[in-house]
Amino acid sequence: MLLRYRGGEGMLAWAFHRISGVAIWLFVVLHVVDIFLVGAAPDVYNGLLFIYATPPGIIMEWLLGAAVLYHALNGLRIVIMDFWPRMTRYQRQLWYLNWGLFVLIGVPVTIVIAGQFIRSLERL
Amino acid sequence: MAAYSRSGRVKPNSSGFELAIWYLMRLSGVALFVLVLSHYLILHVLFDPAEQTSSWIAEVRWSSTFWRAFDWLMLMLVLFHAFMGMRTVVGEMTHGGLRTLLLSGLYLMALVLAVIGTAVVMTLPNVVPAG
Repeated sequence: MLLRYRGGEGMLAWAFHRISGVAIWLFVVLHVVDIFLVGAAPDVYNGLLFIYATPPGIIMEWLLGAAVLYHALNGLRIVIMDFWPRMTRYQRQLWYLNWGLFVLIGVPVTIVIAGQFIRSLERL
Repeated sequence: MAAYSRSGRVKPNSSGFELAIWYLMRLSGVALFVLVLSHYLILHVLFDPAEQTSSWIAEVRWSSTFWRAFDWLMLMLVLFHAFMGMRTVVGEMTHGGLRTLLLSGLYLMALVLAVIGTAVVMTLPNVVPAG
């Protein structure tokens, strides 16, 4: 699959978009089921929440945020190029702009989630 | 139509169903950009998820119709976007009977998730008994 493109940023952007997309799909399935349990079996939901709030759970939460942020930014880049073809000329610059925004947004979020991670360690 | 997108899917030549899906993926994607990022910002950054027990969801988060409507809209869009995305993945990686089987499974899953998600967001009481 990865060999379909001839390399470069476009291929990496595509590969990351697909990997993050499938990962988010998996989480959405889990998340709809867990929220359904809030009504159907509140104690089972609270048990799941306890697992989410463990240190490995917080790392997954952080990775989920990274996947969502990447997918959102790159998706916007795709939409911009699809509806404004002239921007395709700057697809590489848009890709670097994406990573700039990814870091700019990701750093403060990471600091907050690091706080949650420390609290999860204290709960052990 | 030229293949002018490097990382997106080429716009289908045909009119009709596939073209509609192509537009709807982009439309739902832009809406989800706002909905999902604000969802994550509110529930994972501004609030600590560790405190979001079932009674917190019932009594605080879903105490307003606005947030229930927000979450339901996001649910519908994310199910469409995620399952149509998986349809593309399955369509590219499989063929024949396996493809039919997996696609049927995906559509059934999407339907079940739409039903149970709609049920909980619309019917969860604001007070959970003995929460």
